[in-house]
Amino acid sequence: MSKTYEYVPEPALVKGNHDFSSITALVTDINMRPTPKGWYIAFAISNMLLLVLLVSIAYLIWEGTGIWGLNQPVGWGWAIINFVWWVGIGHAGTLISAILFLFRQGWRTAINRFAEAMTIFAVMCAGIFPAIHVGRIWVVYWMFPLPNQMAMWPNFNSPLLWDVFAVSTYMTVSFLFWYVGLVPDLATVRDRIKSKVGKVLYGIGALGWRGSNRHWWNYEKSYMILAGLATPLVLSVHTIVSFDFAVSLIPGWHTTIFPPYFVAGAVFSGFAMVLTLMIICRKIYNLEDIMTVDHIEKMNLIILVTGSMVGFAYLMEFFIAWYGQVEYEKAIFIIRATGPYAWAYWIMIACNVISPQLFWSKKIRRNVTLTFIVSIVVNIGMWFERFVITVSSLSTDFLPSSWGYYSPTIWDVLTYVGTFGLFFTFFLLFLRFLPMIAVAELKGVMPQADPHNYDENGEYVEPKVEVPEPKKLNS
Amino acid sequence: MAQIFPKWTDEAPRRILIASIVLLNGIVFGIWYFFSPEFTQVGYAPEQPVPFSHQVHVSQLGLDCQYCHTQVEESKHANIPATQTCMNCHNQIKTDSDDLQPVRDSWESGESIEWIRVHQLPDYAYFNHSAHVNVGVGCESCHGRVDRMEVVYQAEPMSMGWCLDCHREPEKHIRPVEEVTTMGYEAENQDELGRELVSKHNINAPTYCQACHY
Repeated sequence: MSKTYEYVPEPALVKGNHDFSSITALVTDINMRPTPKGWYIAFAISNMLLLVLLVSIAYLIWEGTGIWGLNQPVGWGWAIINFVWWVGIGHAGTLISAILFLFRQGWRTAINRFAEAMTIFAVMCAGIFPAIHVGRIWVVYWMFPLPNQMAMWPNFNSPLLWDVFAVSTYMTVSFLFWYVGLVPDLATVRDRIKSKVGKVLYGIGALGWRGSNRHWWNYEKSYMILAGLATPLVLSVHTIVSFDFAVSLIPGWHTTIFPPYFVAGAVFSGFAMVLTLMIICRKIYNLEDIMTVDHIEKMNLIILVTGSMVGFAYLMEFFIAWYGQVEYEKAIFIIRATGPYAWAYWIMIACNVISPQLFWSKKIRRNVTLTFIVSIVVNIGMWFERFVITVSSLSTDFLPSSWGYYSPTIWDVLTYVGTFGLFFTFFLLFLRFLPMIAVAELKGVMPQADPHNYDENGEYVEPKVEVPEPKKLNS
Repeated sequence: MAQIFPKWTDEAPRRILIASIVLLNGIVFGIWYFFSPEFTQVGYAPEQPVPFSHQVHVSQLGLDCQYCHTQVEESKHANIPATQTCMNCHNQIKTDSDDLQPVRDSWESGESIEWIRVHQLPDYAYFNHSAHVNVGVGCESCHGRVDRMEVVYQAEPMSMGWCLDCHREPEKHIRPVEEVTTMGYEAENQDELGRELVSKHNINAPTYCQACHY
């Protein structure tokens, strides 16, 4: 019995009939044409939200952490929930830029710049919460091991310190990765832009890039090295964030499944956020030829996989609670699903486990509107996951006499809402002033970058090289 | 295409990088050194309302610290003597000295002399004199050679790191209780004596936060 297999070529990564110069124009013209009115409106709204954040932080510093809804027994509330949520969102950046790069996934080039920018801004939003929650913010540098006259040193046994290192390393490497990738594209904008100021500013960013062979060689090497450095970070950051919980002894937190479960959840939420932003931007900036439905489908597959992993982890937590036969562990999971926070638990299950299952259908995977809705639902679900973990375990801990119900205050809410202002302020500046797609890399995955000089029958054809006639100088 | 930048900018990125490394380290070092009490506090010698000379009273006249600072053994606070203590002698000696006028005024009116505090610990650090004096921490270990001071000044930084230097290794600084007020005390074999005294007084100098901050 024999079966003939047909070769199905990969669908082209860039749709439409583009050549190199039209791609350059498509992406970098966004930075060079006058600012559209819609951008100003969006920027004004973001700025107002940013102001909300600044006011909330100022009042927090003035009045102290008592303005938040924290008290016994729930000493960790929205601040850590938002921290973990934003860091999780920041995970898509390194996964797309580092791991998919090392696995030679050509489709990443359409979205990596975008995802990396989102990562950096998300980690900035995340970093705010550990910085402002300390109460006496003027001694926040105590988090770092700096020599001082108090002979005081951070506690190296504490995962909270590991967090400082994990997140700051992640931020640094993500930023470097993003910037290194930007250099050739900044040079492109520098060469195309007309204004003198623009030339100088983009020129500073381009670090004297001339596109020589040596430049490219150095660029490729450094990009590869950074990808190698960033790959372990994809796993390490959220592993260590999960240690904030797992290393403690609180029932529902003290489990070994936390690191893989947090990493999967982080990638899950990160991809969802990239999709949310990407679907809006490709529409507004007419980039459907580059960020195609094929890209959306591939990302939806990752959402399906990681969403199912998260769902598996939820089930496994219940199984191990029963299998381990620890009274408190068993109790906390029953309380989670049926107790005072059951509403949050079932929102989480509905958003994180059930909604991505839609993507088993190819039709839905390729449906932009539905994808957009699910991507938002997933991020709501991931916020509730952190809420359930943090609040339910603390509010019903070992001592029933100290059980309590946690509610946020208006300041918790405003601080969280304000971080969106910070995020979108930076993101809009990025969209306006930096090429949002890695133009140089994108050209590398186009068919024009890979000329083979064979015709359909496999016969060698002399490449046609057009040598322009030398211009005659007027003498 | 015309050059946008002059030639010196070729070196700029490297220089900026080196400068920022130097600057960041400089900031850390600068704060560590110039902001520490060792730099800002040691040598603080305010002018007092009465130019009382410890050098004259201790070195020349041989007064013991506890003749005036009577409560160090019982109290967390080492008291400044009452005007009465001064007048024990000065109602007969130097009764017409101009320098002593504030003391006589205080004696007449009953109002205390407003001495200026030299050793100021922060409010959140609880220091107990009796706990230290009764197990053999000498006055001079913290206050320096007061017997040589014409004007009292702060001799030691009194920073947390400085406290911990002794709390971590009390045997290097401790002395027999009867030698507490001795100025210029030196043991023949501090290591051996120190260890002996630590075990004798069962000294277990705490280094946890709430020992001093509660």
